[in-house]
Amino acid sequence: MAEVLVLVDHTDGQVKKTTAELLTIAREIGTPSAVFVGSNVDAARPRLAQFGAEKVYVVDNPDVTGYLVAPLAEALATIAEQAQPAAILLPTTAHYKEAAGRLAIKLNSGVITDATGVEVADGAVNVLKQAFAASYTTRSKVTQGTPIITVKPNVTAPTAAQASATPVPVEVTVSDAAKGAKITETKPKEKSGRPELTEAAIVVSGGRGTSGDFSPVEALADTLGAAVGASRAAVDAGWYPHSNQVGQTGKQVSPQLYVAAGISGAIQHRAGMQTSKTIVAINKDEEAPIFELVDFGVVGDLFQVLPQATEAIKSAKNG
Amino acid sequence: MNIVVCVKYVPDAQSDRTFSDDKTTDRAGVDGLLSELDEYAVEEALKLVEAGEGEVTVVTIGPDEAAEAVKKALQMGADKGVHISDDAIHGSDAVATSLLLAEAIKKIGQPDLILTGMGSTDGLMNIVPTMVAERLGLPAVTLVSSLEVNGSTVTGRRDGDTASETIEASLPALVSVTDQTNEPRYPSFKGIMAAKKKPVETWSLGDLGVDAGQVGLNNAWVQVESFEARPPREQGQVVTDEGDGGTKLAEFLSTHKFV
Ligand SMILES: Cc1cc2nc3c(=O)[nH]c(=O)nc-3n(C[C@H](O)[C@H](O)[C@H](O)COP(=O)(O)OP(=O)(O)OC[C@H]3O[C@@H](n4cnc5c(N)ncnc54)[C@H](O)[C@@H]3O)c2cc1C
Ligand SMILES: Nc1ncnc2c1ncn2[C@@H]1O[C@H](COP(=O)(O)O)[C@@H](O)[C@H]1O
Repeated sequence: MAEVLVLVDHTDGQVKKTTAELLTIAREIGTPSAVFVGSNVDAARPRLAQFGAEKVYVVDNPDVTGYLVAPLAEALATIAEQAQPAAILLPTTAHYKEAAGRLAIKLNSGVITDATGVEVADGAVNVLKQAFAASYTTRSKVTQGTPIITVKPNVTAPTAAQASATPVPVEVTVSDAAKGAKITETKPKEKSGRPELTEAAIVVSGGRGTSGDFSPVEALADTLGAAVGASRAAVDAGWYPHSNQVGQTGKQVSPQLYVAAGISGAIQHRAGMQTSKTIVAINKDEEAPIFELVDFGVVGDLFQVLPQATEAIKSAKNG
Repeated sequence: MNIVVCVKYVPDAQSDRTFSDDKTTDRAGVDGLLSELDEYAVEEALKLVEAGEGEVTVVTIGPDEAAEAVKKALQMGADKGVHISDDAIHGSDAVATSLLLAEAIKKIGQPDLILTGMGSTDGLMNIVPTMVAERLGLPAVTLVSSLEVNGSTVTGRRDGDTASETIEASLPALVSVTDQTNEPRYPSFKGIMAAKKKPVETWSLGDLGVDAGQVGLNNAWVQVESFEARPPREQGQVVTDEGDGGTKLAEFLSTHKFV
């Protein structure tokens, strides 16, 4: 069976859940080979083996990590030429989407981003994705070259299938041209200690209705073990970081539960959350469009409703 | 400094966007406009040129109506427009779009800076900019929320998930800007009048030297096989808070095993 390349998303060898999902999908297309860029591959190998990676191509070269995506695309192209894979799967993040774009040009291949499902029938790889603020689902396929597909988080439940994860070191020489965009400074952000927005099973978001006070939103999020999101209005007002924005120009999330507090439900916000399994809203205005989407809604003041709900959940847990 | 801004004409997100029979985005049945996300790129270009010298050229690929996107950018203050339009382009995918943009930019004359939006509000793949950079052999400084040009160096700040990064490249370069970058201006009355006299060229595939076999629906490297409207969500229960809204919410969450 042909190899299927899966780009590993990791922090210092700590493999993210999306990688297990991608490996699971890759097994339906062919034999998964992980592509590990960075150092500390030994920390990652057990997990890659558990989810079926037969090989792990290792690119441990500072030239690939200190720049934007151009060197990564060169490294992937080198591996693809060697492996002649049936498909190349990458996680859907801004960074990897851009790498996929450059790679598509290098490999003369079609590229599909933001897949919400991958179906394999008779060797053909069909890709599901959302269109127009998730009001449509499309099915498409790559008809030229090696299908390059970026897959969203949470589109499949990872299943284990032990393999050997044999390391295959890859030498890449990064061209000078690819080193054109250099990262000159990195200021790490403080960690919130909450789950990552795009991977979280529950997201609690606040909007303009919080008037800048996110504490009831955060308190509910913490009792539920949820990530915190924000509408653009809240982000533009400087109340919450842009990296927490949900919507068209923020994160697209698809959790089991999405709670929108003080958010009206504009189309651009919906674009980022309307594929959530269960949707709950709290809004003062019973006409707010967000209520069209909800499984459960409370017309009321979030400063009353959220703390009461948080307390009730806490005492239920303790009792 | 000469700047080319890539702008796209898109169906209005507020209207009922859908697909045509040939499974491409329906651009005829709904109102279109200059993608809001590209206004940030136009604004940034205008600011840079106003602070120094040079010209802003906007380029769009799209059907006849796409001329509206060029017009809006000229009204905001861009100097010149190029509209790539040809029946054979209909249905092109991102790969072909990037080819046409790259060829158009070469024909305009390699600028110091290419500016783009962070994504088009219809497709939102966010990949055309880096593909154009790849084709032109240029560095791409992408998704920046602020940007500065000093001599021949462009510096951008990117607000990432785990870190905020400073990114640097030498000109010529491509830069894509987010909706955090600036506050796009509205065209003034003067701007609207002035735009009428600004030069707009319309180029066909032939003008770009691109073969019809490289673009269009039948040559797209990604084919949409089918599309399906998402079933509308059925509205569930909505209660009005009468002092127990939070308790009811908590009950809902525990019945559905979220607690
Ligand atoms: C190109 C483009 C991209 C965009 N991208 C995004 C995006 O990614 N994400 C996004 O969110 N938006 C995006 N927007 C903006 C979007 O159109 C809306 O403006 C935004 O979502 C509104 O945020 P909001 O719901 O918090 O504010 P509002 O629309 O002002 O709604 C606030 C709501 O809070 C309610 N409220 C007020 N006080 C209380 C209270 N005490 N208790 C309960 N409820 C209360 C009000 O009834 C109201 O419904 C984009 C817009 C454009 C043009
Ligand atoms: N048809 C087009 N004409 C001009 N510019 C485009 C076109 N399509 C995409 N772009 C540019 O590429 C950016 C990203 O588009 P996309 O990759 O489609 O999300 C947009 O913000 C535009 O600047």
